Amino acid sequence: MRHTISVLVENHFGVLARVAGLFSARGFNIDSLAVGETQDPSVSRMTIVARGDDRILDQITKQLNKLVDVIKVQNLSETDMIDRELVLVKTDASADKRGNIMQIVNTFRAKIVDVSQSCMTIEVTGGESKVEAMLTLLSPFGVREVVRTGVIAMARASELTPPARSKAKKSVKKKAKSKATV
Amino acid sequence: MKLTGAQIMIKSLEAEGVDYVFGLPGGAILPTFDALYDSKKLKFILVRHEQGASHMADGYGRATGRPGVCLVTSGPAATNTVTGLATAYMDSAPMVCITGQVATGVIGSDAFQEADVCGITRPVTKHNYLIKDVRDVARTVKEAFYIAKTGRPGPVLIDFPVDVSRATTEFDYPDSVDIRGYEVPSKGNPVNIQRAADLINKSKRPCLYVGGGAVVSGAQKEVVELVEKTGIPITTTVLGLGIFPENHPSSLRMLGMHGTVYANYTVQRSDLLIAIGARFDDRVTGNIQKFCPQAKIIHVDIDPASISKTVHVDVDIVGDVKPVLKQLNKLVTNRRGKIRDWLKQVQEWKDKHPLKYRKETQELQQEHIIRKIGEITKHNAVVATGVGQHQMWTAQWYQFAAPRSMITSGGLGTMGYGFPAAIGAQLGRPGETVVCIDGDGSTQMTMCELATAAYYKIPVKLFIMDNEHHGMVRQWQELFYRERYSGSQTGPSNPNFIKLADGYGVQAFSMTQKEDVEKVIKQALAHKGPVLVHCRVEKKGNVYPMVPAGHALDQVMDMA
Repeated sequence: MRHTISVLVENHFGVLARVAGLFSARGFNIDSLAVGETQDPSVSRMTIVARGDDRILDQITKQLNKLVDVIKVQNLSETDMIDRELVLVKTDASADKRGNIMQIVNTFRAKIVDVSQSCMTIEVTGGESKVEAMLTLLSPFGVREVVRTGVIAMARASELTPPARSKAKKSVKKKAKSKATV
Repeated sequence: MKLTGAQIMIKSLEAEGVDYVFGLPGGAILPTFDALYDSKKLKFILVRHEQGASHMADGYGRATGRPGVCLVTSGPAATNTVTGLATAYMDSAPMVCITGQVATGVIGSDAFQEADVCGITRPVTKHNYLIKDVRDVARTVKEAFYIAKTGRPGPVLIDFPVDVSRATTEFDYPDSVDIRGYEVPSKGNPVNIQRAADLINKSKRPCLYVGGGAVVSGAQKEVVELVEKTGIPITTTVLGLGIFPENHPSSLRMLGMHGTVYANYTVQRSDLLIAIGARFDDRVTGNIQKFCPQAKIIHVDIDPASISKTVHVDVDIVGDVKPVLKQLNKLVTNRRGKIRDWLKQVQEWKDKHPLKYRKETQELQQEHIIRKIGEITKHNAVVATGVGQHQMWTAQWYQFAAPRSMITSGGLGTMGYGFPAAIGAQLGRPGETVVCIDGDGSTQMTMCELATAAYYKIPVKLFIMDNEHHGMVRQWQELFYRERYSGSQTGPSNPNFIKLADGYGVQAFSMTQKEDVEKVIKQALAHKGPVLVHCRVEKKGNVYPMVPAGHALDQVMDMA
């Protein structure tokens, strides 16, 4: 099963290597990984899509939590989440094909961002199923190159769960309380 | 007044109460060694090889509970500590390792004696730091010590570039740490503790399985109280040895691959296994699929990642063993009446399958020597070992009675660990008897530290069990590789250990026959300085009982 794991980390040198190293050392496979700063510049968020059964997921979560630079780990697949990925697709597009391609692009609410005599570059944003469907439909035209950002995701705000943003902030603060005098 | 990064490093170590620093100087760490020269509080122990420094710091840490410190230069010196870091990491030993690094401006340029030490040591340290700003030195040391000794302890490495050690700033040692990503579980969830107590109070065939976590937590009193109160039999892992006196009637001694038959039978047939500060290592569980098939499992551990890692756990208590057991002990009841049949069965196994060795042989047996060392030191010496047959025989025959008295590489199985670890342990516990029981193979991996012991007059008693083989390898080859002894013979190329000791200025004794055993042990222990005892032992003895790898714990090979 695929899991989308959201990891808040210290925005430090070497943290990405620690997280990636943990996955490889423990034999977990990463499908995709996206990293960026959060609203707090000292904190980055990694969105990791990984595959494995419950036992592997349990170990991933626990091992991530053990890293000193990891502030919070959340399995978003367990929640109602919004996930998005941005994909750039460069496809063959001779004059006779362009109309068909543009129809597909419009149907998927994607964008054409570059056109040349022989090809087009399309930008599509969406969840996994949309992106995969789009790529399948474009493949007969001759896809030359695909670049994907990897999935980013966020828990949905609902009546039952506080907004994801303030929740994350709160938890950052909560862990910051683990002060100790020695 | 402004101080250099190097001076701040030394002052920070002093502020942490460090007394010994193990290491060896070199280019990138010279400013720090220069500052160390002025310290009145830190005593420096010059080693012969940085691996030795790392094991000494580890041995010091395990014997005292306070992080051992090692200080070495960059590149090859740092990589030489990697085995020591991995050893400490696997066995949760507290340690702080400071490595020199090339100047920040040339990091990444393949400078002389440069290595990506943070990259190399990341998987074998609890945490590591590269200090890039002199203003971070004091805080980093404070955090490193805090992380090394709290929670599940472990080694922390600080990579210290030479330009940072020369830069200056004000010194202000912080009195607290603030690490938002680092939490230390403590008391355990009371609901789960109650659930554990309920399981214990209705179990019919319970067994306690206690590991190094209980030793680290200082929970000897609580473990003894739990056993005394409930009457439940107790077995320990190799790192748990000493947490419970092995001459106590409830003790089943060590379990696992070379554990006692009765400990393994008891664990395997139990209906409730209470694991305390232990991590279900494969050398303990045997074939994990067949491990205690009828038992519910309670697991107390400070590391959440240890829980349900290899076996499914029914009740988990994430917390420090000592406070958890304090609470648990209030909730459990005396089970002796209710589990009388079980205790009778366990006693039958004990009577039927005691630990034994061939007493009729004329050859010197390691088991016999170790047993006598145990008796003569009244089971309260600090005992370090290498890795192999002698290590397992030490675990079986020394009969440990006190925690922090077995200093051994259990997880990584690092040959050569014993002697330097014994040196560290001796410095941490001056005045106590520290014995290293080593093999001829193991001991030669770090033999150069005889010079260290001799120079500083560290009175470790080194017993080399010379069977002219890598004995455990030879045993496996005999049993599982049709007696094809590929690469396991050391005899033809072993040095003359007595002359070697003499060369280092270390007092040496040799032991060649049964009649000598007690006399030589007493002579060695009576000598004031370091001692090497060369014991010419049986060449082809095997360690039994043995559960072959991949078998269930009750599929034991024992001596006929």
